[in-house]
Amino acid sequence: MDQLSIIWQGLPSLLSGTLVTLNLTFYFLAIGFILGIILALGRVYGPIYLKLLIILPFERFFRAVPELVLLFLFYFGSSFFHINMSAFMAAVLAMGLRSAAYQAQIFRGAIQSIGKEQMKAARSLGMNTLQSIRYVILPQALRLSIPSWSNEYAVVLKDSSLAYAVGVTELLRQGRYIVARTFGNALLVYSVCALIYFVLVFIGNQILKFLEERYKIPGYELKEKKEQSVLERI
Amino acid sequence: MPKVILKVENLYKSYGELKVINGISFQVKQGETTVIIGSSGTGKSTLLTCINLITPPDKGRIWLEEMEITDPKTDINLIRSSIGMVFQHFNLFTHLTVLDNVRLGLTVVKQIPKDRATDISIEKLSLVGLADKINSYPAQLSGGQQQRVSIARALAMDPKLILFDEPTSALDPELIGEVLNVMIKLAQSGMTMVVVSHEMGFARAVANDIIFMENGVIVEEGDPDTMFHHSQNPRTQEFLHKITELYGGKSE
Amino acid sequence: MSFMELTWNIIPKLLEGTAVTIELTVIAIAMGVLMGIPVALGRVYGNKAIYAFCTFFVEIIRGTPLLTQLFILYFGLPSIGIMLSPFLAALIGMGINSAAYQAEYFRGAIQSVKKEQLIAAYSLGMKQNQAIRYIVLPQMFRLVIPSWSNELIYLLKYSSMAYMIQAPEIMSQGRLIASRNFRTFEVFIVVALIYLILVLVLSKILDIMERRLSIPGL
Repeated sequence: MDQLSIIWQGLPSLLSGTLVTLNLTFYFLAIGFILGIILALGRVYGPIYLKLLIILPFERFFRAVPELVLLFLFYFGSSFFHINMSAFMAAVLAMGLRSAAYQAQIFRGAIQSIGKEQMKAARSLGMNTLQSIRYVILPQALRLSIPSWSNEYAVVLKDSSLAYAVGVTELLRQGRYIVARTFGNALLVYSVCALIYFVLVFIGNQILKFLEERYKIPGYELKEKKEQSVLERI
Repeated sequence: MPKVILKVENLYKSYGELKVINGISFQVKQGETTVIIGSSGTGKSTLLTCINLITPPDKGRIWLEEMEITDPKTDINLIRSSIGMVFQHFNLFTHLTVLDNVRLGLTVVKQIPKDRATDISIEKLSLVGLADKINSYPAQLSGGQQQRVSIARALAMDPKLILFDEPTSALDPELIGEVLNVMIKLAQSGMTMVVVSHEMGFARAVANDIIFMENGVIVEEGDPDTMFHHSQNPRTQEFLHKITELYGGKSE
Repeated sequence: MSFMELTWNIIPKLLEGTAVTIELTVIAIAMGVLMGIPVALGRVYGNKAIYAFCTFFVEIIRGTPLLTQLFILYFGLPSIGIMLSPFLAALIGMGINSAAYQAEYFRGAIQSVKKEQLIAAYSLGMKQNQAIRYIVLPQMFRLVIPSWSNELIYLLKYSSMAYMIQAPEIMSQGRLIASRNFRTFEVFIVVALIYLILVLVLSKILDIMERRLSIPGL
C-alpha cells in the first residue's frame, strides 16, 4: 500500500524523533529526581521557613499551572530576560521543574511513611542528619517510591509531546513533518506515533516493575497517606 | 410435635484437596437453638454459609421447612430472605445509617412500603436496645452496638431461622455480654437459631442441642447436660475442657 | 505600557477564552463519568469479551499522550472524511481521555467495597443487580471522590492542549494577543495567574464538597 510505504520511508525520521523524545524524558526525570529529593528532604527535615517560603510556593505553582503554560513561560521568558536558551533547554527547565514538584511529593510520602523511628535509631548510633539520610532513610524511601515513580515516568514521557509547541523536533513533530512532506494519511501517521509512545510507556513500566520486584523490601509497602486537602493531592 | 425447620442431609464441601465438610447431617426443630462448637478452621462457618447457598455445597441436600434449598428450581433469594444471618464482623452497610441498614432488606427484597418498613425497623431496633441510634452510622458505634444492629437487620426480615457465625468472637470482652443477652432473649422468645460459638455459658443456658464438629464431620451431638457431663467421646471431653478453661462458664 | 496596564487591557479577551476553557473542562468531565462508569463496571463484572474490550480501551488511551489523541481526532480524521471543529475535537479527545482514567478510579472504588457487605446483602435475599445498585454504587461514588477531584483539576490543566488544535480557549486567546503586542512572556504570565486562580478556587470548592459528602467510616 502506498500509505504504508510512506510510513516505511518515514521510519528514520520517526526514530530520530523518538530519540529526542527519550532524551527529553531523561532530562525531565533527572532534574525532577535530583531537585525532587532535595525538596522532599527540605520539606521533611528542613526549617519551617524553608518549607513555607520556598518549597510550598514552588510546589503549588508548578502543580497548578499547566505544563504548556510553563513551557511558554520558560521559552518566551528566556528572550524576555535576554537569556540565550534553545527550545530544548526551555522545555527541559519547564518540565524538569514541574516533575520536581511532583517527585518531591512522591519522595516526601515515602520518607514520611518510613517514619521518625528510623531516624532516631540512626541518630542514636551517632550518625549526623546527613549520614542518617544517606544510609538509612533514602535507600528505603527510593525503594518504596518505585511504583509511584512509574506513574511519573509515564506522565513525563507523554507530556514530552508538548515540546512540539515550542518547536522541538520530537516524535510528534516528526510525524507532522512526514504528513506535511508527503501529503500522507495523517490518521495513519499519528496512529503510528501513538503506537510508539504506547510501546515506550509499556517497556519503561515493565523495566520499572522489574526493578520494583528486585529491590522490594520484604514486608514493607508504601502506606497511602490520605492527603486531606485537594491542593495537596494534585 | 414441633416441626423441623432446618434439615441438612449428607453435606459435602471441599476446597481443592481440603475436605472442609465431609458428610454432615442434622436437623433443627422449631423454637430450638443448636450450638455448633469445634476448633477454628473445621468448617463451621462454611457450614453456615452453605445453608443459605452463599457457599454452594458440592454434595448434599438442605431443606427449610418443606422447601428444598438445594433444588435448582427453588428461588434462592426467597429462601435467603427467610433465613437471617449474623456475621462475625457484623458486615453492616457502611454507607447507610443504622435505620437504613435494617430497612434496606425490607424495601428492596420484600418490597414492603417505606412507612411500614420504617415501623418494623424501629421496632426491632428497640428490641435490641438501639432505638436511640437510628441516625448514626456504623463507624460511630461500638462493636457490640454494631452487632446488635446486625441482629435487628436479620430480625426485621421475619425469618424462620437465624444463623449466627461466631457473633461475639470479634468483640472486646466487655461488649460480649450485651450481644449474648440479646441472643438469649431471642432464644427464649422461640426463635429457631443455629449458632457457631465458643461461648459455653450461652450454650449451657439456652442450647437445646450441641454439635461438636471436627475435620469436617460431626464427632458428637447431644443436649448440653449430656455433652458437658456424660460425653462418650474423649475428643469431645478434651475440647470442652479446654474451651471452658479459656472462656469460663460465662452466662448472664 | 506597564505590566499592570497590559494586564488590565487583555483580561476581557482572556476571560472569553477562560469561558471556553471551563466549558471544555466541565463537558469533558461529564463525558468521562458517563463513559467511565460503564467501562469500570465492564472491567469488574463483565464477561471475558467485555473485560477485554474495556481493558484494551483503557490501556491504549492511558498509554498514549493526550496531544497525540487530539491530533488524531483533528488532523487525522479528515483523512477518512470526518471533519471536526477544533472545539468538538478537543471535547471528544478530552472526554474519551478522561473516561479512560475515570474508569480506573471507579474500578478501584468498586473493588474497595468490602466483599463481606455483599455477602450480607446476598444473605438478605438480594440479587446481584440489587446488591450493585444499593451497596456497591453508593459506596463507589463516595470512595471515588478524591480521585475524581484530582481528575477535574487535571482536566482543567490539560484543556490547555486544546490550543494545539486551535480551539478558542485561553491559550489561543493569549497567543492571539501576543501576536499583536509582541509581549508574549507577560501575556502568558497573566494566563498562568488565571490558571493559578482557577485551580486554587476549584480546589477549595472541591475540599468543601468532600467534607460535606463524607460519611464517618467510609
